[in-house]
Amino acid sequence: MATILENVGKKTIEQFGYVGSLNIQLWSTLRAMKSALPLVGNRYRWRTTVRQMLQIGYDALPLVSLMALCTGFILALQGASELRHFGALHYVIDLVAVGFTRELGPLLTAIAVSGRSGSAFAAEIGTMKVTEELDSLRVMALEPIEFVLAPKYLAALISVPCLSIISNFFGVLAGGLFMFFSTRLAPLLYFHYVLRSIALSDVITGLIKSLVFATIIAHVGCLEGFGVRGGPDSVGRSTTSAVVKSTFFVIVADAIFTAIFYFTGAN
Amino acid sequence: MPLISIRDLVVEYEGRRVLNELNLDIEAGETMVLLGGSGSGKSTLLRQIIGLERPKSGNVIVKGLDIATCSSSELKQIRHSIGVAFQSAALFNSLTIEENVALPLREHTALAPSIIDLMVWMKLAVVGLADFRRLHPQALSGGMKKRGAVARALSLDPEILILDEPSAGLDPIVAAELDELILLLKQTFQMTVIVVTHEMASAFRIADRIAMLHEGSFSSVGTKEEIKASENPRVRQFLDRIPKDMAKAPALSAYFEKYLAKKETLQ
Repeated sequence: MATILENVGKKTIEQFGYVGSLNIQLWSTLRAMKSALPLVGNRYRWRTTVRQMLQIGYDALPLVSLMALCTGFILALQGASELRHFGALHYVIDLVAVGFTRELGPLLTAIAVSGRSGSAFAAEIGTMKVTEELDSLRVMALEPIEFVLAPKYLAALISVPCLSIISNFFGVLAGGLFMFFSTRLAPLLYFHYVLRSIALSDVITGLIKSLVFATIIAHVGCLEGFGVRGGPDSVGRSTTSAVVKSTFFVIVADAIFTAIFYFTGAN
Repeated sequence: MPLISIRDLVVEYEGRRVLNELNLDIEAGETMVLLGGSGSGKSTLLRQIIGLERPKSGNVIVKGLDIATCSSSELKQIRHSIGVAFQSAALFNSLTIEENVALPLREHTALAPSIIDLMVWMKLAVVGLADFRRLHPQALSGGMKKRGAVARALSLDPEILILDEPSAGLDPIVAAELDELILLLKQTFQMTVIVVTHEMASAFRIADRIAMLHEGSFSSVGTKEEIKASENPRVRQFLDRIPKDMAKAPALSAYFEKYLAKKETLQ
């Protein structure tokens, strides 16, 4: 019994330590962020940021769009199968529109970005560590947080909300396709109902969530990369760990934010 | 006053002592070779000199400043005067060779791009890579990568040049070329050079003085001639290439004989 408690205690302390490291890294990055900004920062960092934005955002567009389209269609189908019993098929529009803008758009985007870019951050930084590139940055008096992490974080902060909006659009579009084929509802009329069912606060809370998700994905991915010890096998482990941990933290954060918005009446 | 002074340096990893009360002075303009077998602590000592790790106790004083206790801005200042070429070259794979060499100049100087281009060309010409400047590191051979790393280490015209295993993994001709390059650099730029190696031929070609490390302690420090004439058993073992544990050799030979006899019987 004592051993079980001991192990639980040890693991809990480890997890607190991990969250502490994430916080320290976040504050260090915020301090270094100025260098990655356009006009006021270093132009080479901004170039890196733009390159990262293309990798995180533009390259993920097909995946995120297709995921949102499929999920929107599934949501409409599942909703309709129950709602039609009550003659309330038109509520499918509200379900898809509100469900996507508040919840599914940012969450699906975060899961896709976590799998694509979170793992890429961990692998890239982990490889840099194994090949002594991070050490060579330090001996050139360049801080890895400023040089490597800040552009990635800024790029994620810009790309993930943009992707979330695109995901919202494709999810809602899938609902429109379903309504057109099942009830012959005209697309323009469908979008009219969509705009009537969602409020500005739904979009804003969705965007706040996607900013938090971007922070989690960038920082967990980078922390896993910085934590690589040893050889290439360790890079593989950190990559897996980055995806698992960032997906887990994203879902936990989503639950917390949804509860906050619900109880404060923001949604 | 020596340029680099190491006093009672102790380094431990997880309770295991890696460097044991080391004392060494390196004068300005001399080439010091740190010689020793695998795991003797050479690279650890080098990491202490460039401030990548903190010691358990003792001091590493570079240009009058203690690396372990100086402020981060002082450490940055010291690092501007040190050029390091790592064992793995540690060139950034996402940048071309010329971009790698230009990086410290772009980050730490306000020079015009045309001047930086000229300086980069000069550094690459010194190491014989001017014709390959547009290539990425992955397109270069091992020897060329190491020369690229030397060019990057030279980019800020450092007072101290540190080379970690420059000839490891290279064929004898390329290794000899690198030795000549080190001698040329020392002659041309009058810099202090610290070379970590276990290649004796290379050490005796380039060194002014040799510090021989064994299990975290200096077994001998002296000029090439003093080291060659040394009667120290550790030095003699290393110079005369005597295996560490001869007692195991007969046992192994008996084992192989037994194995071959058994194999013949089975056939």
